[in-house]
Amino acid sequence: MKIAIASGKGGTGKTTVSSSLAAVWDSPVIAMDLDVEEPNLHLFLNPGFIGSRTAQMEIPEVDPSVCNLCGKCSDLCQFKAISLMGKVLMTFPEMCHGCGGCIAICPEKALTPASRELGEISWGHKGDTEFLMGRLRIGEAMSPPLMRQVKERLGEMQDTSSTAATRKDVIPKDVIIDAPPGVSCPAINAVMDSDVIVLVTEPTPFGVYDMKLAHEAFTPMNKPMGVVVNRAGLGNSEIYEYCNAKNLDILAEIPYERQIAEAYANGIIISESSDKMKHIFLELAEKIKQKAGSKNAGVVPRE
Amino acid sequence: MDKIAVTCEEPSLDSQVDPRFGRAAGFLIVNPETMEFEFIDNGSSQVMAQGAGIQAAENLSNSGASVLLTGYVGPKAFAGLNAAGIKIGQNLESMTVRQAVENFKAGEVEFAGASNKQGHWK
Repeated sequence: MKIAIASGKGGTGKTTVSSSLAAVWDSPVIAMDLDVEEPNLHLFLNPGFIGSRTAQMEIPEVDPSVCNLCGKCSDLCQFKAISLMGKVLMTFPEMCHGCGGCIAICPEKALTPASRELGEISWGHKGDTEFLMGRLRIGEAMSPPLMRQVKERLGEMQDTSSTAATRKDVIPKDVIIDAPPGVSCPAINAVMDSDVIVLVTEPTPFGVYDMKLAHEAFTPMNKPMGVVVNRAGLGNSEIYEYCNAKNLDILAEIPYERQIAEAYANGIIISESSDKMKHIFLELAEKIKQKAGSKNAGVVPRE
Repeated sequence: MDKIAVTCEEPSLDSQVDPRFGRAAGFLIVNPETMEFEFIDNGSSQVMAQGAGIQAAENLSNSGASVLLTGYVGPKAFAGLNAAGIKIGQNLESMTVRQAVENFKAGEVEFAGASNKQGHWK
């Protein structure tokens, strides 16, 4: 089972929920940080890292002595990553999405694969929890290609026959995904192959507005969705009215308390900060499992 | 004399210079001796999510112009125009196309050695 912890608004508590769930999960679990633009789950889980690799993407390199300036590659590219400027074929590597179309279409075989570094994938574990994360290279603008490679690594970690699996005794089946905020490609990419989506929000106007966007964006994927209200007690009741109207279950409420902020600031996993918190997350874990089991729970027809 | 491309908001010599290069409405390709011109629509660049400057440079590289007069040119478009051998006069916004061409003919336009606009991802 894959559980995506997502949100529209940033800073609502995705990592708080992800780390707390990983800590209370009753079977071996993989915690995966897919917020590759600013990964921070490791700061709370504190895993020992045991491996890493660089993620590369294929980009074209031009051999001007072979190119006859036919322009087929330039016509094909939707991102202007390769462009015919008069008598010069230019590449703009940072624009390339890595589709490989230009290399495939070139009749003169003037283009060869080179690579652009996307970032780093690293993994490790803390106790029974396996850990996996991606970190985008500074200056790199495209996170989905890196996220896809992090997910490839996840596949290796879960493959019992693979020598790349980090553990031989137990292969964790459950995966907790710390997703990036927003509703654009990176957020969609993080939740698209999950079995259940948990939307973390807060009862403020920003929290409500952005959660509506996320709910709308994720609804067409037809996955069970539920809501965690963080900082409950702050703001107003609009979030509850929305969830009620849309038949969205509220799976947990994390109270707005100074003690939680203090624990967070000290890098403490919230479910380990008190018995009361542990209980909240144990109950949340149980509700998420139920939700994932009921395929259409929380899904309402589009208006 | 070489033909001159000027970014414009409308297809007329009395149009304001469009300060943007990549997302300019269009280009007037002007013969500075006769002041005859043709208009190249740049709508194909305006609708692009990214790469508008590269597309515009590509459009211009096929126009036969050897000089560009405009407001701001981003780094990728600048590299593209350089590769196409087009000289670039920047910071010519807040005037009409006709005035920009007259300034050029009077030798008052300096050609730029570098882009005067940062890319979006910098």
